Amino acid sequence: MSAAQETGGEVRRDGLHHVAPGREALIGSRGGRRPGRGGELVPPAEFRSYYGRAVIKPPVWKAHNIAGYLFLGGVAGGAALLAAGADLTGRPDMRRSARLIAAGATGLSLAVLIRDLGRPERFLHMLRVVKPTSPMSIGTWLLVGFSPLVAAGVLDEASGLLPRRGAELAALLGRPAGLAASALAPAVTTYTGALIANTAVPAWHGAHRELPYLFGASALAAAGGLVAAAAPAREAAPARVAGIAGAVAAQLLDRAVHRRLGQLAEPLSTGPSGRLLRTSRWCARAGLVLLAASVVRRSRALDIAGGLALAAESALTKFGYFHAGTASAADPRYTVLPQRERSAGPRQLP
Amino acid sequence: MTNDLLEGTKDPAPDSGYPQPPPRMGFFTDTSVCIGCKACEVACKEWNLIPDDGLSLLGMSYDNTGMLGADTWRHVAFIEQDRPLGRQQNAIAAMPTGPSASAHNALVVAAGLGEQHGARLGTETGALRMTAVPDGRHPARVGAAGRTELRWLMASDVCKHCTHAACLDVCPTGSLFRTEFGTVVVQEDICNGCGYCVPACPYGVIDQRKDDGRVWKCTLCYDRLGVGQEPACAKACPTDSIQFGPLDELRERAARRVEQLHDAGVVEARLYGADPDDGVGGAGAFFLLLDDPEVYGFPPDPVVTTRDLPTMWRHTVVAAVAVGATVLAAFAGARR
Amino acid sequence: MAECHPVGFQWVMEAKARGATLIHVDPRLTRTGALADLHVPIRAGTDIALLGGLINYVLSNGLEFREYVVAYTNAATIINEEFQDTEDLDGLFSGWRDDTASYSTDSWQYEGVRVASAAGKREQGAKEKAREASDLRAYQRHATERGHEHGSHGAPLTDLHKLRRDETLEHPRCVFQLLKRHYRRYTPEMVAQICGIPEELFRQLARAVTENSTRDRTTAWAYAVGWTQHTVGVQYIRAASVLQLLLGNIGRPGGGILALRGHASIQGSTDIPTLYNLLPGYLPMPHPDAHSSLDEYVADDSSDTGYWGNLRAYAVSLLKAYWGDAATADNDFCFDYLPRITGDHSTYQTVQAQLDGTCKGYFLNGQNPAVGSANARAQRFGMANLDWLVVRDFSLIESATWWKDGPEIESGELRTEDIGTEVFFLPAATHTEKDGSFTNTQRMLQWHHKAVEPPGDARSDLWFWYHLGRRIREKLAGSTAERDRPILDLNWHYSTSGPHAEPSAEEVLQEINGWKADGSCLSTYEELADDGSTVCGCWIYCGVYADGVNQAARRKPHTEQNWVAPEWGWAWPANRRLLYNRASADPEGRPWSERKAYVWWDAEKKKWTGHDVPDFQPTKPPDHRPPEGAKRQDALSGIDPFIMQADGKGWLYVPAGLSDGPLPTHYEPQESPVPNLLYGQRRNPARQTSRRRDVDPYQPSGDEPGSEVFPYVMTTYRLTEHHTAGGMSRWLPYLSELQPEMFCEVSPELAAEVGLDHLGWATIVTARSAIEARVLVTDRMVPVRVHDRIVHQVGLPYHWGHNGITTGDSANDLTHMALDPDVHIQEVKALTCDIRPGRRPRGPERRRLVEEYQRRAGITAATGTTHRTTERHGESV
Repeated sequence: MSAAQETGGEVRRDGLHHVAPGREALIGSRGGRRPGRGGELVPPAEFRSYYGRAVIKPPVWKAHNIAGYLFLGGVAGGAALLAAGADLTGRPDMRRSARLIAAGATGLSLAVLIRDLGRPERFLHMLRVVKPTSPMSIGTWLLVGFSPLVAAGVLDEASGLLPRRGAELAALLGRPAGLAASALAPAVTTYTGALIANTAVPAWHGAHRELPYLFGASALAAAGGLVAAAAPAREAAPARVAGIAGAVAAQLLDRAVHRRLGQLAEPLSTGPSGRLLRTSRWCARAGLVLLAASVVRRSRALDIAGGLALAAESALTKFGYFHAGTASAADPRYTVLPQRERSAGPRQLP
Repeated sequence: MTNDLLEGTKDPAPDSGYPQPPPRMGFFTDTSVCIGCKACEVACKEWNLIPDDGLSLLGMSYDNTGMLGADTWRHVAFIEQDRPLGRQQNAIAAMPTGPSASAHNALVVAAGLGEQHGARLGTETGALRMTAVPDGRHPARVGAAGRTELRWLMASDVCKHCTHAACLDVCPTGSLFRTEFGTVVVQEDICNGCGYCVPACPYGVIDQRKDDGRVWKCTLCYDRLGVGQEPACAKACPTDSIQFGPLDELRERAARRVEQLHDAGVVEARLYGADPDDGVGGAGAFFLLLDDPEVYGFPPDPVVTTRDLPTMWRHTVVAAVAVGATVLAAFAGARR
Repeated sequence: MAECHPVGFQWVMEAKARGATLIHVDPRLTRTGALADLHVPIRAGTDIALLGGLINYVLSNGLEFREYVVAYTNAATIINEEFQDTEDLDGLFSGWRDDTASYSTDSWQYEGVRVASAAGKREQGAKEKAREASDLRAYQRHATERGHEHGSHGAPLTDLHKLRRDETLEHPRCVFQLLKRHYRRYTPEMVAQICGIPEELFRQLARAVTENSTRDRTTAWAYAVGWTQHTVGVQYIRAASVLQLLLGNIGRPGGGILALRGHASIQGSTDIPTLYNLLPGYLPMPHPDAHSSLDEYVADDSSDTGYWGNLRAYAVSLLKAYWGDAATADNDFCFDYLPRITGDHSTYQTVQAQLDGTCKGYFLNGQNPAVGSANARAQRFGMANLDWLVVRDFSLIESATWWKDGPEIESGELRTEDIGTEVFFLPAATHTEKDGSFTNTQRMLQWHHKAVEPPGDARSDLWFWYHLGRRIREKLAGSTAERDRPILDLNWHYSTSGPHAEPSAEEVLQEINGWKADGSCLSTYEELADDGSTVCGCWIYCGVYADGVNQAARRKPHTEQNWVAPEWGWAWPANRRLLYNRASADPEGRPWSERKAYVWWDAEKKKWTGHDVPDFQPTKPPDHRPPEGAKRQDALSGIDPFIMQADGKGWLYVPAGLSDGPLPTHYEPQESPVPNLLYGQRRNPARQTSRRRDVDPYQPSGDEPGSEVFPYVMTTYRLTEHHTAGGMSRWLPYLSELQPEMFCEVSPELAAEVGLDHLGWATIVTARSAIEARVLVTDRMVPVRVHDRIVHQVGLPYHWGHNGITTGDSANDLTHMALDPDVHIQEVKALTCDIRPGRRPRGPERRRLVEEYQRRAGITAATGTTHRTTERHGESV
């Protein structure tokens, strides 16, 4: 305690003594009761919050835009890969459908991304900087590179409708563009995992190791499924295999995420996101069975049914994870409790 | 533009490319001398021309603001507790009282709040319904089991201006930037409202203004600092609960203050956000609290999300390779 | 204080930082209590019992500051033998008269000293009139006359040298012994039973206060309207004064009793008064019966001894300021031009006059009685009975729109088309839009400069009144009528500037400061002359423009001057920052303690010196004893610090000047849940009641039948976020959003008892009206154990009305117009009510609910209006 605290201020003939600024006021120091037994008394186990208010802000993104993009971006990337493969292995029909799917998904992706901006007219501000610390920045540049390439593919497919010069140019660029796109495509399918994981949203950040794999696998499942459904059965074999592989991997990774998150996984299995993810699992199983059957005995019908099922699986997974993140952000328990455990135990994530 | 991933230094301004920056400036908010007058909230809105965010009686003691948000850059929290404060004597134990209402009220408020958050709290008066509470409607009648303690905590919250600022890291447009004072500010002519910074902030500070699309938060009165003035809230604070100055000085002063309070019997006093080794590399605006952070609506141990970004990028690349490989295999494996 | 004076509270924090103990006495734990060391919950309306308990604790444990008390107070003075105490008369003092429902104070006087009772004379005049007039008028007139007999200062004494003192303080009739006897039953047990303060807590409080009141330490009390707004409001403050004088805490650094005024410059509005019974500088209004000439006026109201002996100089200088050259010695300096006071014309009497139809016109300047005054319903009915009403305010406050959207319109009791009042609304400029001064709570004037032009038609008050006067004078120009002379002769020449011809505020300040004959500015009131050679608009402000400099505009930082900061603004009188500071030194003139040195006698230089301007004749040595027959301040000795009092002593006992007793006594509020444990006399016998069953009925109190209908104590107050009746806050979004809705605060126990939900609705009912409010259930409200029962208290902020951004019912619709007899202040800090869950009925149903309550409580015109409730009393009439 300062002299002021002990003896009190003094006003002597020569002026002030033992003064202290008001900010040093010792609140509740002279009430005469036994000190202690204050806030520190609370058992650490007990969960407390400020009137049940969220600690962090849930995303302001609209689900149909951003969750929609998580799905469409995956489809675009996966389809671009399959298109390139089909091109190289001489599967013209599969190539066409894959290229069209890739381009369509890419176009829609750009549309929803721009629509979700608070100031859409300022979309180009995204191109002011390149920031490795911002997956959204990197992703934007990825799409900036990716979109024209898949567009070129479509021109190649539609060369019939072009004037002669254009058709020749398109045909000339078709393959290199496709190959270039396939170089970017894998990243397009997986970076979205980092995109949402790189936030304070507990359910997302907690799964930041698994999400890229999960989203990539889910993208393969969707793309494979859709291409298989769109391409003639005789050419669709690689798409089927890719779809099956993606779907199987997605299921395993979903389990891994649940294991990783532990108690944080609650939002994934409850509420709307719980329903979405349960449905997605059924779609996955159905899709797998149908496509597997088609592997054994080729059938356009099986391809269409199975392919759409896998696409549905992917879409539901993305929406499910999106909503789970929002829910985990809105409830202070998911923010506070893990941090409490962390600060109690050694300082690293479980 | 700054790239402070893990390797960000302790002093952000030079790290962000300012050759001879002024000392890093910040806030030390000493909640033990806060009288909850809300002058900081009003001064902030007046100076920064922030719109009001609606009239709603929240029932959170005297807090009708709720939380920081796009239209609230200073927020005074009010917490009524059946706990003692230091040697303070409030005689509750000697009065004919029944059980405390504070926990019960928190439940009522939480039940009524529903999905409303931060800046979105502003609703028409009365819209916040009284909702039946799981543990029965009322506290028990006056009885022997009376409450024995009471303290009323007040705290003025603000943007933390982190050393490693997630909002700034994730901003894809460079709208958020690091000033020469080491603070973090949004350039409103650049922001395109992508909203990435909103869930990235581990404190739930920055938010999007609905009718405007852009995000807003405390600028630590960048315009006033530029002309050697202290921020509006600190200027308005009558009891010096909000102290502004060079961060180093504030940290030393705060450390002394905690000792002082401990000696005075306020053993629960502790600093929050003052540790340069914490998950955000230390906050530019830190606090002296009298209870656990979460009681004030703070995260107990926040970590800047970009600390884990290298890991994420690694896994993203590996995953991408795996995806490519799978497709290759699919074609290789698929017979014509 | 943290709630309503947050900026001033920074000094409390400074004190705490210097080791002070902060104690908060309040029915609720407010923002002040949150930071206090000790919170003392109390039943609203019982503070005199608490303060009396402290006085008794001091006296019965011999803890008084003996030397100080003997030398500087009237403790040793002997009171004449007819005086009888409340202990003898069961709660009444001697001199009670049932016919006038008031005291005749002759038996209260000092022994041997003839008290020139101006009061006496005036009562004569009043009583003669009273006989002619009807009973009610007589009652009203007389019951309200005595508050303003002495303006604002103590009664004059003559033959001071004959005054008898016993400095051993042993004489049975000396003030000290009377005090002991008066308060001997105010024991800790009694305090606990009356106030609901547990004994141990009271003892802790008493220890803290007394241990901190010594030669080396001083204790200060700060209060606001929580102490004043009672039917015994003045006696609350008197009780604190008695305690502080006994402990030697007056006139010493760190001591005193701080009145925290309601808003900016309320202090100024009493110094240069908007009060009906005072002239500037606390000069009393002349009385028609007693004061036909300046000499009679001065003879009545100046005392032979003490500074009030200079009343003539103050009055003449004021008249010169009013009427300039027209005021000459030959015409008595136009003394006849002054209006005469014919009775009580205070706010609430004015409202009754409106209801009676005798008051036809009403100016409201920045006042919102339809929300802010007691019994706002009666206020609105009064205004509905006017011919014209002028409202000057920032925005369309409720007092300007009640005629179209007030609660009575909703209930159908008033119909707009039936209301004859012509309402004029004139937008007013805020303090940032005009030059002027604030006089703060510590008597310090601070000048503020115009920052922006007022918007639209908004004008300053100065502009309004100056140009109103100018136009009236133009209309009267050339009139020969005698009655117009006062206006035509008025010194009404201020230079104006700007597009709106704004008068110069600084010129007004110069006039208040005053000029010598040569036109140079006066520098102190010591220079005022009674021959008309000096002009001074307010003697206590003389010096604010010394040397032709606006002293109030000084802003030298405290870092560049001594710690008293005499060059920050200017404080009246004579820039003294601490009144009666001669008391900070012992009788020999040495500081009581070297660590509490403030003003002391410098033996070498033969003058008083110190950190502040000595509040004493600068060269009067401590050992000075006045010769017999000395007049004015020269009649005071070197050990008489209280220079405004006729005997220079601090008055523990007030022989004259108060209407309800020489010593503070605990009476229950007008409406209380319990009877008076101390006396058969329940309430302040001299209090004023409106006697208007129609708009201002009172509730049964204590153990009277029907009191159980209104079982809960209710108190009103302000919040940090809003300003009084809301005119300055409810129209501002930044403030409205911070407290967006009218609410009531109740304890969890009351919530459980009545069935109130946190954030739900409650309806609060009194005999006056019923209002609704959202419910905040909070631990900060605690029930108290009083007498044999538990009493619950309901807290109501009074800011809300039905205009503005945030709207709600007005708490003042519930309050009543029973008044303190000395200053006629309303009792809105302690009354009783009922509270029930749910919203109030709409339309006419609201009235029916209230009438049902009145019926159940058996309320009649007589309820609560009895003055004497004890059988034993003094002179039988």
